[in-house]
Order: sequence, then structure tokens, then C-alpha cells
Amino acid sequence: MKGVVRFLPLLLFLMLVGALVWRLVHPSNVAVPSRLAGKALPAFSLPPAHSGQTGLASVDLATGEPHLVNLFASWCVPCITEIPLLQRLKEDGARVVGIDVRDRPEALARFLADNGNPFQAIGADTDSAVQLALGSSGVPETFVVDGRGIVRRQFIGGISEADLPEVRAALAKAAQ
Amino acid sequence: MMAETGLAALWCAASLALLQLLLGLGYWRHRSGGPTAARALAVAQGLLTLVAFVALLASFATSDMSVALVAHNSHSAKPMMYKLAGAWGNHEGSMLLWVMVLGLSGAALALLERRLDDAMTVATLATQAAIALGFFAFLLIASNPFARLSPAPPDGQGLNPLLQDPGLAFHPPTLYLGYVGLSVAFSLAVAALLTRQVGPLLARAMRPWVLAAWIFLTLGITAGSYWAYYELGWGGWWFWDPVENASLMPWLAATALLHSLNVLAARGGLRAWTMMLAVVAFSMSMLGTFLVRSGVLTSVHAFAVDPTRGSFILALLALYIGGALALFAARIGTVREGARFALWSREGGLVANNLLLSVILGIVLVGTLYPLLAEATTGEKLSVGPPYFNATVSPLALLLVAFLLFAPLLRWRHDTRPKRVRTLPGAAATVVALGLTFAVAPAMTVLPRLGLALAGGLAIASLLPLAGRNLRRTPLATWGMATAHFGVAVALAGMAIDSSSTVEKLAAARPGETLTVGPWAVTFADLQPVVGPNWTALEARLDASRGDTRLTLAPQARTFSNPATETNETAIATLWNGQLYTVLGKPDGDGRWQLRLWWKPFVTLIWLGGALIALGGTLALIGRVWRDWRRGSRL
Repeated sequence: MKGVVRFLPLLLFLMLVGALVWRLVHPSNVAVPSRLAGKALPAFSLPPAHSGQTGLASVDLATGEPHLVNLFASWCVPCITEIPLLQRLKEDGARVVGIDVRDRPEALARFLADNGNPFQAIGADTDSAVQLALGSSGVPETFVVDGRGIVRRQFIGGISEADLPEVRAALAKAAQ
Repeated sequence: MMAETGLAALWCAASLALLQLLLGLGYWRHRSGGPTAARALAVAQGLLTLVAFVALLASFATSDMSVALVAHNSHSAKPMMYKLAGAWGNHEGSMLLWVMVLGLSGAALALLERRLDDAMTVATLATQAAIALGFFAFLLIASNPFARLSPAPPDGQGLNPLLQDPGLAFHPPTLYLGYVGLSVAFSLAVAALLTRQVGPLLARAMRPWVLAAWIFLTLGITAGSYWAYYELGWGGWWFWDPVENASLMPWLAATALLHSLNVLAARGGLRAWTMMLAVVAFSMSMLGTFLVRSGVLTSVHAFAVDPTRGSFILALLALYIGGALALFAARIGTVREGARFALWSREGGLVANNLLLSVILGIVLVGTLYPLLAEATTGEKLSVGPPYFNATVSPLALLLVAFLLFAPLLRWRHDTRPKRVRTLPGAAATVVALGLTFAVAPAMTVLPRLGLALAGGLAIASLLPLAGRNLRRTPLATWGMATAHFGVAVALAGMAIDSSSTVEKLAAARPGETLTVGPWAVTFADLQPVVGPNWTALEARLDASRGDTRLTLAPQARTFSNPATETNETAIATLWNGQLYTVLGKPDGDGRWQLRLWWKPFVTLIWLGGALIALGGTLALIGRVWRDWRRGSRL
């Protein structure tokens, strides 16, 4: 075995190591992009989830301002941990609306009293019809919707502290 | 105290490894400080790693929750066997197991191997020490198994219930024994390149290690496959998952190495190629460890994944394998060309075996890493699954078996008159088996049909090397070869029948309903809650009948308390002609339950074949070691 050939195994190996280093430096992004991203919200109109508030319809979201649409329920534990974060986003100027999935008005009222209410409006999705139309499989989920009612981003599962920069960035992008 | 003893033993062993490496470098420069010291250091190192591992076992056995690893991976309510298995059912413990096996194999090499000269012995042990040092550093810096928790929690967090299974308790250690055995082959190859002693003597010294490693890898893969089959409840026995491939790749390389070593030992040929395979085999073991531990590939095997640890293993991989390949490039020009041989010869047959195994290894490697390479170059995300592997690997594997029908019957160097008469029975059996498949199952697809035909042929052909010999004077290694090749035929038959004749039934059923799957009528008789030591379950009673045969199966849907997890415990009835495989799934809320039923004719042949292959290896190992011993060379 002579010449360049004997260095071939070493070269191939170094290329392999290079690829593995690249992967370690750029971990695989396993986020599932939303099927709805770039598409208009399906049309819906929900009654208010508890008395004294307005309901929520898809036309309310196409008002020229971006919205954060949060799917939640009073029976959902991760939703409780999410409320303070939504509150902070609201204080930053985000318009947060809620879709309350399979819930009872009195349970919701207790939930809001205990945890606070960051929502401008909450629609009651008692039979999960809107949840299914949105392609959501569970609560909590959060959609970033732009001023024309187009879905820009979907966050599956609860929003955590670490997700906040990404949520803010998605909102800022939707506002453009 | 126990944990501190273990930690101290680890530090001592690490410093001995450093000393041994320095001794090797010193010997190289000054030709002094001979192998006696190196041997003593290797033995002391092996004993110290053993002490460290026993200390960890003791911490798990006594449920010492002040040790962080125990608190995170064990629970006082667990049965003793799983407490002990918990010691290696996690990252730190498994790395300590790896280091212990490495240390013990170094000690065994130092005590038993007397064929090699001083320079080679010192160089081999120094290479072993260099490998061990990297893993000691990894353990002591990045994954200390003996770290304490203060205050100690009242009880532990438990072990993943999927791992609470006798099969899995012994699956990782078996694979590690295989991986580490290949490290000895690697060290011997590096030492031979360093001391310019690539030749038959090296091959004979390397062979028992590769054989032992290969036996353990075979057993590990076979056991892992059976575990996945009955524990995961998916009814399949091989999924081409990255982690499965990570264990298959070293096996493929070791199988090729095992065959090329025979050429080097018997005829002095294939020198450069064999050295390359020895390096590749160990690099596949390390790559496998890296892929499993770093999480760079998405896999169904959810290991605790940590990028820092991944970087550490990758650095070790780059250092050892890169270094060995650089040494290979520098020295391979000085390795003499071995004895030449004709195309029609035993060597020619073994080269065909090596080429095909290497191509299969390449295909599996590319398929496993392709998603990563594709994303690195084009940014496209994709996954490579069974369609790719089945379509590419199966035909090549069948071609490999076709060679097996006659290659072991060829003579060394060159076969003037290919022994047509001796190859006839195998060919005839293939044709008969092919005819039988048409008679029994006319609708079978091409690959399973060819597989069955070749399995039939190989079942006969594998025994031909024994034909016409005085069986009592036939070397044990030849018996081993025949057994292992017969095992290939058995496993291939199982795979072909399973892939062509499995019947599956998925249904939602109420208690009282009867389902049919293949020849079986299965009645969902009853549903009862049952309670185990750390789980509760709903257990279905299924009454299966086929003609006069009646069976009762009890698959469970289990809920574990620590940590809270749900698993499906399959119930499998094994008959001589196949397995009835049942899984109890979820309720649908209307009083019906998902039932998954499979009738898998002759599926057990797959693992029986695997066991026969390992048995063949064991016979060959005993035969080789015994023969060397009798010749007075102590191995």
C-alpha cells in the first residue's frame, strides 16, 4: 500500500469526526413546525368562557395587531405554571387571548382567581371543536397570530422561561 | 466509606495507568524497564478497577441513598437483582463497568499472553493503558459515579421500568465485554505496527480476544433483539434503530476481522487489511458508545444524554482512532506483503467474506449517519429507516450466505480442482428447499424465498467440512466453524419465515369476544387487576385454541409507581412451530380494549440461530486456547 491511498482511512475518519463535531455544536432542532404556520386561522366564534367577559372569534384576531392565542384549561397543571409568564408577556405589551378547552365556568373562575388573568378575552371551547381545527392535540399550546389572522408560530406544550425570547421574537416578527 | 473506597481505587488505578504508559515510552527510548513491571502494573490496575466496581455494587445493594447515582437510579423497594443491575443501568455506572472490563482484560493479557516478545508486550500494555487513561479521566472528571448527595434523600427515584427485566440487566454488560475485547485487538494491532511485528504470531495472539469479543457481541445483540421483541410490544425483532446499528457495526467488523485473522495466522496473508480491520472494529465500538451517549442521533432508546459527555467521548475517539490511523499510514508501507494466493482458494473465499461484510458495514454506517450528513451539507432533515436497510443489506447478506455454501470447502493457497463433488450436497439442498417453498407457499416474495432456499442449502453445506473426517480427531475450531455456520442457516430460516408468514391482528374487543389470528382463535375471557412489588397492572386472560391445543395467556398493562410509567407486558406462548404474541393496549372508554395479536411461525429460530453462532464461537475459542496451551506456549 503506497502513496496517498494509505492516508485515505485517516482522511475519511477526520471527515466523520468533523461531521460529529458539527452535530454536537449544532444540536438537532426537533421542534415540529406547525402545519398551520403561514396559513390563516380557521374561522371560529366562541362564546365567552365565563360571565362578564367577551367571547372570542377568529375575526377578532385579524385587527392589524399580532395576538398570542393560548389554549389552556383549568384542569391542566402545566397551564398554571404558564400563567405568570403570559402575565409578563402581557406587561410587555402582548395581546394575549385564551381558548378554554373542555372546562366549566365555575372551575375557570376559580383558576383565574387563584393564578391571575392575563387574557383580554377567553372563548369557551367546550367540545374541543376549535382545538381540533387548530390541529392541537393537547393543552397548553400557544399560537402567534399576526394582524391579518395568519398563524406564524405554534408552541406545543407549556411555555417555559427559556422560551420567552423566542415568543417575543415571534411576536415582533408578526408585528412587521 | 464504600463510595470513598471506590473513588480512591479509581484514582490509584488511573495513576498506575499513567505509570504504565510512561513505562512504555521509557522502554521505547531506552530498551530498559522490561515487561515484568508492565505486567505487574496491569494486574494491579485490573484489581483496583474491580475494587471500584464492587464498591459501586455494594452501594446499590445496600441502597445507600447518599450516593447521588444510587439516589437517581435506584429505589429501596426494588428486587435485589435490579438493585444490582441498576449499578450499570446508567451512564456513570456503565462507564465504570467499561473501565473495569478494560482493566481486567489488561490484567488477563499480562498474566496469560507469553508468546509476544518484550517490546511487543510493553507496547501492547502501554496502548491499553493509554485507552484506559482516557476513560479514567472521563469517569473522574466528567462522570464520577461515587459523588455524594447531602443531605441524602429518604429514598431513590427508581430505574426506568422498561429496564427492570432480566434480559436487559445482562444485555449491556455483555455488549461491553465485546467492545472491550476489541480494545485488546486494537492495542495488539497498534503495538505490532509500532514494533514492526505484523505477522502470523500477532494473528494467533489476537485471535482468542477477537473470538471472545465476537461471542459476547453475538450474545449481546441476540439478547437485545429478543428483549426489544418481547418488552417493547411491537412484535418486531430488529428495527434498524441507530442504537441497534451501533451494536451491529462492531459485530460486522469483528466478524470480518475474525475471518481475515485466519488468513494471517495460517498463511501470513492480508496483513495491512487485518490491521485496518482491527482498528475499524474498535473504532466502531467507540463510535457506538459515542452515538448512544451523546444523543446526536434521534433514537427510540432514550438514554440520559449529555453533550459534554458526548464531546469527551468524541475527543477520545478522535485521539485513539485518529492516532492509530496516522500510525497505520506511516507504518503500513513497511509491512511486508503476505503470501499470495489464487482466486479459487480458501483465502479467496475469506476475502469475499471480508469484502461483503465490509460493504454491509459501510451501508449500515452510511445509513445510520446519513441524516446527520444530509443536514450538515444541505440542511435537509430526513430519517433513514428499514426500507433502505432491508433493500440494501438483505441481498448482500444472501450473497454472503451463497458464498458460505462452498467457500469453507476450498483448500488454502489454490484449489486446482474445485471440489465439485463436495459442494454438490449444498447446492442440491438449496434447490430442494427452493422447490419446497414453491410447493408450500407459492405466494411468497422473492427475498424470503431465496433466504429459505439458501438456509436449507447452508444447513447441509455447513456440516460438510466435518464430512469424511475422523470426527474425534477433528479440531474443536472446525466443529466451532460448522456450528456457527449452521447457526447462520437457522437464524436465516427464522428471519425468512417471520418476514413472510407472520399474521397480525389489531382489534378493540370487549371481554367475552373471540378474535382469530392465523390458525388461532383467541377469546378475551376476563380482565383483572393485579399488584406487584412496585407496580399495579390490569391483566387480561386470553384463552387461545387451535385444534386440540389450548393455551391461556395473560398480557398486562402495567403502571409502575417509582417513577410513574406505563408499560405493556406482552404475553408470549412459545410452541415448537412458532410463537403466539399478545399485547393488551389501552381502553377506548366504551368498555372495549385494544388487543394486538401476532402469530409468528418459527420466529424463535432467529435467536436459536444467534445462540448457535455464539456456541460455535465458544467451541472455536476453547479449541484454540486448549491447543496453544498444550503446545506449551501458555496461550
